[in-house]
Amino acid sequence: MARKKAEGYLSGKESRRISKENRKTTNILEKKRKRKNVPESEYLTKMHDPANAVEFDNLHTYFFTDAGTVKSVDGVSFEVPVGKTVGVVGESGCGKSVTSLSLMQLLQRPQGQVVEGEIRLNLGDKAVDVAKMPYEAVQHLRGNFVSMIFQEPMTSLNPVFRIGDQLNEVIELHDGEGKSKEDVKKRTIELLEMVGIANSEGVYKMYPHELSGGMRQRVCIAMALACNPKVIIADEPTTALDVTIQAQVLDLLRNLKDKINSSIMFITHDLGVIAEMADYVVVMYAGRIVEKGTAEDIFYHPAHPYTIGLMASKPVVGKQVDKLYSIPGKVPNPINMPDYCYFKDRCEMCVEKCGGEYPCEVSISPTHKVSCYRYSDGQTPDAARNTEEKKGGTAS
Amino acid sequence: MSLRKETAGGAAKEDYTPVTYDPQYILMVNNLKKYFPVKGGMMSQTVGHVKAVDGVTFNLKRGTTMGLVGESGCGKTTTGRTILRLSGEKTGGQVLFNGKEIYDLSNKEMRAMRPKMQIIFQDPFSSLSPRLPVGEIIGEAVREHNLVPKAEFNDYIDKVMDNCGLQPFHKERYPHEFSGGQRQRICIARALALNPEFVVCDEPVSALDVSIQAQIINLLKDLQEQYSLTYLFISHDLSVVEHISDTVGVMYLGNLVEYGKTADIFRNPLHPYTKALFSAIPIPDPNAKMNRIVLEGSIPSPANPPSGCKFHTRCANCTKRCQEEAPVQREVEPGHYVVCHLYDK
Repeated sequence: MARKKAEGYLSGKESRRISKENRKTTNILEKKRKRKNVPESEYLTKMHDPANAVEFDNLHTYFFTDAGTVKSVDGVSFEVPVGKTVGVVGESGCGKSVTSLSLMQLLQRPQGQVVEGEIRLNLGDKAVDVAKMPYEAVQHLRGNFVSMIFQEPMTSLNPVFRIGDQLNEVIELHDGEGKSKEDVKKRTIELLEMVGIANSEGVYKMYPHELSGGMRQRVCIAMALACNPKVIIADEPTTALDVTIQAQVLDLLRNLKDKINSSIMFITHDLGVIAEMADYVVVMYAGRIVEKGTAEDIFYHPAHPYTIGLMASKPVVGKQVDKLYSIPGKVPNPINMPDYCYFKDRCEMCVEKCGGEYPCEVSISPTHKVSCYRYSDGQTPDAARNTEEKKGGTAS
Repeated sequence: MSLRKETAGGAAKEDYTPVTYDPQYILMVNNLKKYFPVKGGMMSQTVGHVKAVDGVTFNLKRGTTMGLVGESGCGKTTTGRTILRLSGEKTGGQVLFNGKEIYDLSNKEMRAMRPKMQIIFQDPFSSLSPRLPVGEIIGEAVREHNLVPKAEFNDYIDKVMDNCGLQPFHKERYPHEFSGGQRQRICIARALALNPEFVVCDEPVSALDVSIQAQIINLLKDLQEQYSLTYLFISHDLSVVEHISDTVGVMYLGNLVEYGKTADIFRNPLHPYTKALFSAIPIPDPNAKMNRIVLEGSIPSPANPPSGCKFHTRCANCTKRCQEEAPVQREVEPGHYVVCHLYDK
C-alpha cells in the first residue's frame, strides 16, 4: 500500500544529501578530536570566577542526523559553584542530559558534536576547556574530576561481572597507581560501607541481579564517588526508585557531597526533588535556558511562563485543585526551530514583542535571570505582574 | 495429581466469611489471594510460594476512583491483574464484579464480561503492537466483540479517538510515530472503545513528563465524568493519587495496610508505614521543613515474609505482639480501615 507522503517526511534523495553533508562536517570535527599528543596549552584556560567548579559558556551541542541537524543544546551558559548543588529541570528532550554528556564527552559519536562554546572545568591549580580537549586527554578527567550517576541502575551495571570487580575496575583505571590488589579491594569495601550497604563483603561477591533497585543505585553512587571527583553529575538518579528509597538516596547524596566537598549537577524533572536538593536551579526548554536563579528565586518568584506552567501542572500533596493546569500544545520540532521565542506557541501570556527574535537574558534580580519579553532589567516578577494587571484593568 | 493441586492452592482452606452483593458497589474484593509457585529441584517441584497478594479486602463504589499506592514489589499490579482475571487462577478469596464472582464464570461468559472491565498499562512504549496501525489497535476489540454494526464502525472509532484527543488522520499511523503522551492517549482510547464500566489504570502517568502528566490526568477525569467510569488507579506517585482518587488503599507486601477516604488518609495517616511513606514525598518548596521518617532497609522477600505483622521488621513502634500475631483490619473512623495492633482497643 503506497503511503501518502505527509508533511514532515523526507525523500530518500534529500536524506542522502543531508547525510553526505553531515559526514563532511563531522569528519573534520572528529579528526581534530582524535589527534594524539596535543600540547596542553591548546586547551588550558582560566576560570572566570575561581569559586566555580564548572562554567558552561554559550555551549552548542548539535546532533547531525539524516533528517537534519538537531540543536539539542543551543547556547547554554551557567555555572556550578564549588560545594553547591545545581538542579537542572526540563521536559524530556530539552537537552538537560546532553549538556551533562558534553561535559563528560560521552556524546554519541560521530553524530553528536560540541560545535561551539566553552566548558571550563576547574582542576584546582589549573583550568581546562573540555570542549576543546581531544578524547585521549578527557579520559584522565573522567572519574577523577567529573563522574556521573546514571538514570537507570538496572541497566547501567554490567550483568555478567560481580559488583566488586566492577568497582575495582574504576579504581584501578583512574586511581590505581601504586595500589596493590588488596588495597583496591579494601577501598571498594570502604566505598560500599560509605554508601550504606551493611553486608559489604557479601555484596562484593554478588551480581547486579541479586540486588534491589535502591541497592543498585547505591552501588552506582559508590562507583561515581570512587575517586573523590570534584563534580558529580546525577542524571535522574531517583526517577526509577520508590519514594521511600528515593528519600534514602537523596539523604545519602547530600551527606556524601559534604563529606568529600564536591559539587553536584542534579538533573531531574521532579520539582519536589529539586526543591529539596538544589541551591541553584536552571530551567531548560527546547535546548535553551529559559530561567535560572537560586532555589528561592525559582520556587517563590517563578518568572518565565514555562516555569509557572510547570509548577502549576504538578499536583502537590495537601493542595487540592479541581483541574490541573496543563501547558497547551507541544514542544516545537527540534529540527525546524522557530526564529521567535520557542515557547510562544504554547504561551498564554504573550505580548506583542514575542513575535520578534528570541528574547535575550535579562536579570530581574542579582541572582535571577530570565529570557522573556515580559520582563526588563532590574524589574521583579511581582512588579511586572502588577503593571500587567493595571494595564489589563484599564483595557477592560 | 498431587503436584498440580499444590500449585493451584497454596492456602487450602477457605479462611474468610463470604460477602453478599451490595448494589452500590461495582466491585467487591474479599480476602483476595494470589500466590505464585516457586519451582525448584530436579522435578520442578513447587518449593514455596511468592505471596504477591495475601488477603486484600476492599469495596469500590460506582463512579468513584480508588488509588492503590505502595512500593514496587508490594503487589499493586498483581492485585489489579487478579481482579481482571488476567493472571490465571486466584489462590483464594472473592472478586465480585456487579455481584458475579468472576472466577466462577465459564470462558464464554468471561468473554462477554471482558468489555465491561478494561486495563490501561503502565508503559505506553511496550503495550502497543508496533505492527498495527492505530485505528486497528483501537478497533480490534470492538470488532471482535461486535459492539457496533459494520457500517458505523469507522465513525465510532473516529468518535472514540476524538474523545481522547486524537485526530482522525492518526488512524493510519503506527505507534512509533507518536510521542509518549499521545501513545498513552491511544492506550486510553483502546480501553474506552469497548464502553467499559470499570478500568484498571496501572501507573498510566509514571512514564510521562510533568506537563504531559497533567494532560492525561485531566483527560482521565473528564472521561470519568462523561461515561461515569470507575477507576482503580495504581500508582506510586502519591501526589497524583491524592489528586485523582476518592478513596486510597496503601499496600505493603501483599497486604492492604490502610484503606479509607483520600482526605482522611492524607490528613491523618494511621499506619506507621503510611506515615513513613507520606513523609518521604518531596515538597516543591526549598524552605519546607522535613520531618522525615526514614525506613531502614528494604522490603522483605514476599516468598518468605516475616511472621506476625509483615511490617514489624521496619516499624519504629514494633512490640512483641507485632512479631507474633498478625493484626486484622479494623475500622478506626467511619470508612477508615487500618491493619495495625496500635489501634486495638
